[in-house]
Amino acid sequence: MQEHDLSWVRTEMVLAEPAPLGERGAIAWVRKNLVGSVGDTILTILGIAIVAWILPQVINWAFINAQWTGPDRTVCTTAAQGGIQPEGWTGACWAFVNAKFGQFIFGTYPIEERWRPILVAILFAALLVPMLIPKVPRKGLNAILLFLALPVVSFFLLSGGVFGLPVVETPRWGGLLVTLSLSFVGIAVSLPLGTVLALGRRSKMPIVKLLCVIFIEFVRGIPLITVLFFASVMLPLFLPAGVTFDKFLRALIGVSLFAAAYMAEVVRGGLQAIPKGQYEGADSLGLGYWQKMGLIVLPQALKLVIPAIVNTFIGMFKDTSLVLIISIFDLLGVVKQNLSDANWATPQTARSGLVFAAFVFWLFCFGMSRYSMYTERRLDTGYKR
Amino acid sequence: MRFVNGRQRIVNDAGPGVGPNGSCIHKRKKIRAAWEAGGACKAEKGLWVMKHIAIGIFGAAALGLMASAASATTLDTVKQKGFIQCGVSTGLAGFSAPNDKGEWQGLDADFCRAVAAAVFGDGSKVKFTPLSAKERFTALQSGEVDLLSRNTTWTINRDTALGLNFVGATYYDGQGFMINAKKLPGVNSALQLSGAAVCVQSGTTTELNLADYFKKNKMEYNPVVFEKLEEVNAAYDAGRCDVYTTDQSGLYGIRLTLASPADHVVLPEIISKEPLGPAVRQGDDQWYHIVKWTYFALLNAEEAGITQANVDEMKTSTDPNVQRILGTEPDSKFGTDLGVSNDWVVNIVKAVGNYGEMFERNVGSGSPLKIARGINALWTKGGLQYAPPIR
Repeated sequence: MQEHDLSWVRTEMVLAEPAPLGERGAIAWVRKNLVGSVGDTILTILGIAIVAWILPQVINWAFINAQWTGPDRTVCTTAAQGGIQPEGWTGACWAFVNAKFGQFIFGTYPIEERWRPILVAILFAALLVPMLIPKVPRKGLNAILLFLALPVVSFFLLSGGVFGLPVVETPRWGGLLVTLSLSFVGIAVSLPLGTVLALGRRSKMPIVKLLCVIFIEFVRGIPLITVLFFASVMLPLFLPAGVTFDKFLRALIGVSLFAAAYMAEVVRGGLQAIPKGQYEGADSLGLGYWQKMGLIVLPQALKLVIPAIVNTFIGMFKDTSLVLIISIFDLLGVVKQNLSDANWATPQTARSGLVFAAFVFWLFCFGMSRYSMYTERRLDTGYKR
Repeated sequence: MRFVNGRQRIVNDAGPGVGPNGSCIHKRKKIRAAWEAGGACKAEKGLWVMKHIAIGIFGAAALGLMASAASATTLDTVKQKGFIQCGVSTGLAGFSAPNDKGEWQGLDADFCRAVAAAVFGDGSKVKFTPLSAKERFTALQSGEVDLLSRNTTWTINRDTALGLNFVGATYYDGQGFMINAKKLPGVNSALQLSGAAVCVQSGTTTELNLADYFKKNKMEYNPVVFEKLEEVNAAYDAGRCDVYTTDQSGLYGIRLTLASPADHVVLPEIISKEPLGPAVRQGDDQWYHIVKWTYFALLNAEEAGITQANVDEMKTSTDPNVQRILGTEPDSKFGTDLGVSNDWVVNIVKAVGNYGEMFERNVGSGSPLKIARGINALWTKGGLQYAPPIR
């Protein structure tokens, strides 16, 4: 039996030491995430191989070989194709996007009047940014200006006919201007209208409930294309000859009502997730219906369904491209329309134009998505798992 | 009382070729198929019936308004508006496509400008409405556009049942073939294409014409069929098929987007008739004549050698034919008889040039498309473009 040497006894706690090198820092991260197992290692190698194979080509195409400016198709075509580039050249034709940039943003809005949409964009940004930053005060006033005053002011600014501004008919609006105005109005209308519809659907008043159910189910039952097509092709035949009402307005109403029906179901999902105790608690405090909904139920319900709401917004933003079938040219529509310009017909034109459109759509959708995640985190009050 | 009239219209006035039961209504599927194919008889008759039912529903007020609106001629309405609303395609190289400034350019767009020049003396008084193939006829029927100048094929069905009036063929098109001359050396006729793989867009008349042509000439072929035009282009460019077939004017546009356009040859055969021309609504002869004679004036100007550059000198010409065309003859009243000013042809040629100039600028040698005049040459040069005289 071994004797224990008790001459030294530790009297204080050992200080916590940093984790061993193999468990922290970049090396550990690589070990855990990239080469954790045989399967992981194979996937990592495959992934790196794919990136190494694609990325240089993409960079080459999009930046190094790309043509940024030029008067017509000659800059983006090889000598054999009738241009100035050496044989075997492939690169993005950003010159096409550059030459058509004004159209991609404003459609055929008259060039000398384009300060008007730009002014609207500045007003929009000036109202939207403080709205999105939680610390900025006076949210109520800001919301009224953004959602009520701005659409009215923008409408008169863009269409003209007042204060000596020349009239610009809506068929001349196009590009990003149309995409953004359709989706902004759609978002601004669909959230409140959808909330009201959701409350109506859960209401105990039979007629209100019936009307809401009929509206929601009817609109959700038909595709957006049908709504737009009906509005643009069938409606004029039913109206007396010579009576037309604006196609853009028809599309705007169609898209907004359509989004509202979807939004109603999203909000209803949130309402159903709120425990009965919350309703009863509000009742026991003596709150009326609107106080109960506005102060207790909706703030919780809407917070729960933020991901679904933003999902609907993003879906609607992209759905606006469907107005192309009724000859309203949103960003994608204008890009596709300009692909038919023989002065820019090259093998690279379609690719470059569509990549540009995809990039713009991605910017907006990604922005919305990131902001919604930020809002979720900010409003997170203990539900996080 | 007026409401009763409205209802009687539905019952008695069931439209040409539609039985009392409105047999077209019950063929929903056919209607849809025909509608998607760009509108054929049944679809339009179905629409026609539905329109009348709708009028019945909307009642007397709508009928009253329609009657008053219909009594104003298109020319009056156009003059009152101060511009012509012209329906063009949503983008077809050389016919109507936006340029860098967003202005519509092309043969079809220039024809609209020519009509505006005839009516107003100013070719810029025109507004363009881009229309999809599905929308184009309803847009004209409902009065949304005054003139449809949108690479539309002139057929008997459209001229009768659809209620349109075609004014002529501003471009004689037809289905053609394009091959890669490097891959198929020595092929210079479509009759040598037996056994070839042919790229074609599905569900189009192009596909049917192709089948007919190869069957008639007892040749074999492999159709490589795609839903979308872009897919057909990509497949052809990647060499998945030997031959590409679509309308010949389209082939020239597609050739520009290929990796090596010089290797590709458009074969001379044309296997279908596609006379493309502008159309107006039926029932307004004056407007029909103005549009039709604008087209003839463009041809007559070319035949008489009147160009955008020399039109002012030509006004002093002593050639009686030129004098009649330009309205410089004493007591000339061809223009006023038509409902426009006597110097209408001067205005047209100043705005867009003669037909030949219009052709070369938009689709011919002055454009990237480089389409040869071919059958679109004047009749004096072996083509089909022929205009009745202005006298």
